Amino acid sequence: MSAEVRLLAFAGARDVIGAGEVALPLDAPEPARAFLERVVRRFPALAPHRGSLRLAVNGAYAAWDDEVRPGDEVALIPPVAGG
Amino acid sequence: MSDGLGLFDLRTEPLSVDEVTAAVQHGGAGGTVVFLGSVRDESDGRAVSLLEYEAYPSMARSEMAAIGAELAREIPGVRLAAVHRVGKLEVGELAIVCAASAPHRGEAFRACRALIDRIKERVTIWKREHGPDGPYWVGWQDARCLGHDERDGHAHAHTHTPEEGPTHER
Repeated sequence: MSAEVRLLAFAGARDVIGAGEVALPLDAPEPARAFLERVVRRFPALAPHRGSLRLAVNGAYAAWDDEVRPGDEVALIPPVAGG
Repeated sequence: MSDGLGLFDLRTEPLSVDEVTAAVQHGGAGGTVVFLGSVRDESDGRAVSLLEYEAYPSMARSEMAAIGAELAREIPGVRLAAVHRVGKLEVGELAIVCAASAPHRGEAFRACRALIDRIKERVTIWKREHGPDGPYWVGWQDARCLGHDERDGHAHAHTHTPEEGPTHER
């Protein structure tokens, strides 16, 4: 299992990060809440938006205490606006 | 993606109302309700000339199908389908077509309403409005003030109306 997470970013989050996909090192599982903090430390410009971001892990919305594991695909989900 | 409940998909090309409607029709369907969401020419008083829709495609499809499955459990006898457009859309173009059929009209109306409401709430699709002030991801800047961590004292007054996406449903 690779010691990193494939992080996807969409819409406004992608604009802030400057890429739709980045690899983030992750050695051990951690709760989604902690993982989001890790992402915000890496991309501080996301900080003002932290309260509106949700995480999806492997294609499904994650609860904040769900674990993110090395090898997962994690997506930053800004407020959705379909329809 | 069809799993017996109907059709749930994303398209880059213009949507076909007939295709989505046909996906829910069958001999037992006495009533069918169709919702069309189209690009409106203004949003919160700003002129809109173009909308750009972006999706997390695999999750958008699975989330739409999950909503369809939920509603099929909640409302017996319904069949549901929804197709959402992605890419650049001009004013008047269809962004989404939702259809619900049921033995009777009451369930069909209720199911179609719930289908579009839950799609707007949960499905991983975003839109960027283009107007005189430049492009703007709907919900992104506004959501800054919902954050727990920023107290920068910016003094703006507006209300959030997550129920109603700003550019549809005239």
